[in-house]
Amino acid sequence: MTSKDAPAQPIPTAGRSIRFGIREGFGVPGIVLGASFVGFGSLVRESGMSLPFGLVSTATGWALPGQLAMIELYGAGASLLAIALAVALTNARLLPMTITAMSLLRHPRHAPALYWLAAHLIAATGWAQLFRRAPILLPENRLAYYFGLTGTLWVITLIATAIGWELAGRVPHPVTLGLVFLNPIYFLLLFAADLASRPRLMALVFGAALGPVLHLITPDWGLLLCGLIAGSLAFALDRARARRRNA
Amino acid sequence: MPDWLPPAALLLVAAAATYVSRGLGVMLAGRIDPAGPLFAWVGLVTYALLAGLIARMILLPIGALQETTLLARLAATALAAGVFFATRRNLLLGVASGSILLALLSA
Repeated sequence: MTSKDAPAQPIPTAGRSIRFGIREGFGVPGIVLGASFVGFGSLVRESGMSLPFGLVSTATGWALPGQLAMIELYGAGASLLAIALAVALTNARLLPMTITAMSLLRHPRHAPALYWLAAHLIAATGWAQLFRRAPILLPENRLAYYFGLTGTLWVITLIATAIGWELAGRVPHPVTLGLVFLNPIYFLLLFAADLASRPRLMALVFGAALGPVLHLITPDWGLLLCGLIAGSLAFALDRARARRRNA
Repeated sequence: MPDWLPPAALLLVAAAATYVSRGLGVMLAGRIDPAGPLFAWVGLVTYALLAGLIARMILLPIGALQETTLLARLAATALAAGVFFATRRNLLLGVASGSILLALLSA
């Protein structure tokens, strides 16, 4: 999504804000997200799960990292409790994201029930796009834009999940393997784009080193422990460094 | 136990575990500072968890990717990263090239 197709003046009406959101949903963010959910659909099929399973997961658990953690831990034979905690922890980042999004979306004119629906559609792509576009949206129309954008993305990911699931059964097997491989490679590149933050880089390196090792020790709890240990270590080292600098 | 029950329970649990963060976000909006140290820690934990999962999926895959060799997965990963940076961070070209190379190496 380039800035050249964004209007310079604030968009005057709610209707136009919604349409602007829908149009943007079909742009680059939707294409990239769609590709990643094609990969998820293929992974669902190759994990032995049905198409309805994949669709319900995308519809209700919307945010790929948690869906990926769920299906991978299920495949590894983890218990329901271990999966629930790992998914909750994977998606804990949605909490601060929801708080900051609400600061942009809230307006006295809206029915409060709409915020609970808006919260369901919070995920990295739409969230980042909302912050990018907020300056050209009137405060009372941000929610309209947001629903246009994330509603479109949500529908695209559902269709993409179905496409990925159907493809995995029909294309030659090596192509299916390539589709399943979209899952790790997509996040790997998202990480690669984000190496400038030092604490994040540390969390990334520690997590990548610990993840496979802890999986071998305990496939049930390894992922959860990996996040807690590697993330806390990165956090502690970053705090210590900040304190040293301030001393 | 009917065989649809475990997947259905899995979906329900995952959906609930996901909505907890979203619901708390709506309730706590305006009451706590999302830029504070607690959420800095949460962000790093989720980041590390996902990094651990991705590394595990590439190095020690379960399921279909077990049919591919470690060398093929590493080569595909390297190509994806190379194309990504060579094309000014084009995510689509990066993932496509890595995915295609893995398919070719597995044919």
